[in-house]
Amino acid sequence: MEIHRHSFDAVIVGAGGAGLRAAIETAGKCRTAVISKLYPTRSHTGAAQGGMCAALANVEEDSWEWHTFDTVKGGDYLVDQPAAEIMCREAVDAVRELEHFGLPFNRTPEGKIDQRRFGGHTRNHGEAPVKRACYAADRTGHMILQTLYQQCVARGVAFFDEFQVLDVAFVDGDPRRGVAGVVAHELSTGDLHVFECAAALFATGGFGRIFKVSSNAHTLTGDGPGLLWRRGVPLEDMEFFQFHPTGINKLGILLSEAARGEGGILRNEAGERFMERYAPTVKDLAPRDMVSRAMLTEIRQGRGAGPDKDYLYLDLTHLPAAQIDEKLPDIAEFVRTYQGIEPKTDLIPIQPTAHYAMGGIPTNVDAEVVLDAAGTVAPGLYAAGECACVSVHGANRLGTNSLLDIVVFGRRGGAAMAAYVQGRQPPSMPAGFETAIASTITGLLGSTGTESVAAIRSELQAEMTLNASVFRTDESLRSVSATIDGLRERYRSVAVTDQGRRFNYELSETLELGYLLDVAETLVVAALARTESRGGHFRDDHPLRDDANWMRHSLAFRRPDGGVRLDYKPVVGGPYVPMERKY
Amino acid sequence: MDVELRIKRFDPERDERPHWEEYRVTVDAGDRVLDALHQVRWYQDGSLAFRRSCAHGVCGSDAMVINGANRLACVLLVHDVGTRITVEPLRGLPVLKDLVVDMDAFFAQYRSVLPWLHNETDPGDSERLQSPEQRARFDDTTKCILCAACTTSCPVYWANDTYVGPAAIVNAHRFIFDSRDEAGAERLHILDETSGVWKCRTAFNCTDACPRGIKVTEAIQDVKRAILRPGHDPHP
Repeated sequence: MEIHRHSFDAVIVGAGGAGLRAAIETAGKCRTAVISKLYPTRSHTGAAQGGMCAALANVEEDSWEWHTFDTVKGGDYLVDQPAAEIMCREAVDAVRELEHFGLPFNRTPEGKIDQRRFGGHTRNHGEAPVKRACYAADRTGHMILQTLYQQCVARGVAFFDEFQVLDVAFVDGDPRRGVAGVVAHELSTGDLHVFECAAALFATGGFGRIFKVSSNAHTLTGDGPGLLWRRGVPLEDMEFFQFHPTGINKLGILLSEAARGEGGILRNEAGERFMERYAPTVKDLAPRDMVSRAMLTEIRQGRGAGPDKDYLYLDLTHLPAAQIDEKLPDIAEFVRTYQGIEPKTDLIPIQPTAHYAMGGIPTNVDAEVVLDAAGTVAPGLYAAGECACVSVHGANRLGTNSLLDIVVFGRRGGAAMAAYVQGRQPPSMPAGFETAIASTITGLLGSTGTESVAAIRSELQAEMTLNASVFRTDESLRSVSATIDGLRERYRSVAVTDQGRRFNYELSETLELGYLLDVAETLVVAALARTESRGGHFRDDHPLRDDANWMRHSLAFRRPDGGVRLDYKPVVGGPYVPMERKY
Repeated sequence: MDVELRIKRFDPERDERPHWEEYRVTVDAGDRVLDALHQVRWYQDGSLAFRRSCAHGVCGSDAMVINGANRLACVLLVHDVGTRITVEPLRGLPVLKDLVVDMDAFFAQYRSVLPWLHNETDPGDSERLQSPEQRARFDDTTKCILCAACTTSCPVYWANDTYVGPAAIVNAHRFIFDSRDEAGAERLHILDETSGVWKCRTAFNCTDACPRGIKVTEAIQDVKRAILRPGHDPHP
């Protein structure tokens, strides 16, 4: 395999919303390469639907302080409050900037950016739902991705499309000494590319493919968190994973919360609007963790629909047909395509779907990666978007705050990185650094193993969905943990039958499976340790929140033997005192 | 149900020319064609190359020719195509391996129409205003996911790859008719060149091919009409 060498001031890994927003910020300030295993416009930001919240107050009275409160409460008080305040305050400018970039938001009759309701977003600290989500029909993420890509094209950003980053080099192998470069696998040739750089920003997105039923793309396999973890970077709050209430039954394809923001109602088999019992004030617009738990409680108590009583319904039939056509056209089409029913007249079978990782690579508010509980910064290393953990989402992210997160912290990370590299030469890569990845690839291509990548992956996904999702117990998590141990053992003798170099997707999927196993293990170990219930992490055997012992973030480190070691750091508080979460 | 997949294969490392291979897979009737392709790659032949990501029709990775028509493999269900499924790479772009085509020319054509909002007026701290009617004028063409299904269905494009193609015109349209944009005349000038809209013979293949339901041919006609207006004014 050939080795190619490049030198840049900065490298951005991943070209979804966070990576592209960072690239806009570094453009013209430093030589930047954007490396993505997909064409940028294929990134999963484009699948986000409902909106992006900002207290513009275009439609109703609102303030960024209310938004901050909702974010902190929605995150079950595990949110670092100063970070949430930055995000909600900068949201207003971020939306206006996207508008200036050309994003085609829906408009009010006066021509302003229109806004609608979304789960957990309220006026005056929980009084009633508020119209805060700026949107473009139900394809807001698509518009953000396209708009940011357009702006990158305008700025002549250097893209390396279909290059999969597999390793990161630090000076003297120590993240505390600074970034030296990254190694990427070029899918079209099978060659390796070494990018020397003084700084790298990871924006690789989520890892929902550890679960069987997920809204995530096939390519969301935790590459960034996985490869950094192997090089000594901890992962924060991995036990907190969000299950979105309205996934298409069995497929997990997302039906936006905007469906409920526009007036859609969740019903059980008897047709009852069951959320009235769980969240009397905001009902169907309660935060996602609560709605998903309520749904599975309905199913557990025998009120599910269908022959196996294992799903519930989203009801849009009372909405005016024109409203569905104008505000929810894409999800209506998904229902027609994948379920063969008409959302204007039929109830839609739904189930919770693995959607979003609250946890990830720990960062501060400038997207600098932090390496320990003391907040030690990894010089030149940045992360933003779903792969990162700032933490603005705490134990449960509010709807729309992910699109906000990527533009606010993508921008902050890009700005910080551009400032960092000024006057710095890229340190030279340790000689032969790429041989580690080269020999991994050569080993896989020459493998005499017999284990199937697809079989290992589907067993991991099935076990994670069964035992590590909305409801967890000590017993269920120990079962997953044992399964992962077995799958890891089998992964050692995995077979790659395609010996070719070009577009060897079997090889790519094998490498991705390694990351899936790593991030799944950190999730399970952190979930097993956290003997309380908070946000997206619910333990049947510890059903209450325990602020005395657990108002802290977990940090999962890789032990030298490959296992997981946990440490903790305190939540950064602020004006909002933890109280019971009622909606 | 059992499905017979006939796939056009080509690996430049091994093959002198493309050839057909057949696979038999077991799928549910409601599965996507993409699921059937995964069955092949995951359990029968790991060397089968095709792009995919989101698996529900919004990322644009898996456009290919399925039973003769340009489709996204993740939006087409098995029960809609039957038990014999023929899959080929998109036509008109070079095949790199199996169902993977070289997208470089396609994205270069996209970039040639200056696909970003041009506006030199400083809006300050406030948003630019746009009425719902102005916003509706270009709504249809904002839906494009750059999958290339339209461009590679166009007989003019097959015969002449200097033609900028329907997808690039769709993306030009999205800005030309945006009331906030100031470069409409410049884009219309680009599309008035010999490589531009006049190559279109209104075959409507592009409109049939678009997985997002964009009225592509109508958008191209919109652009033609705007070029014919005095001063290339898109907002008369």
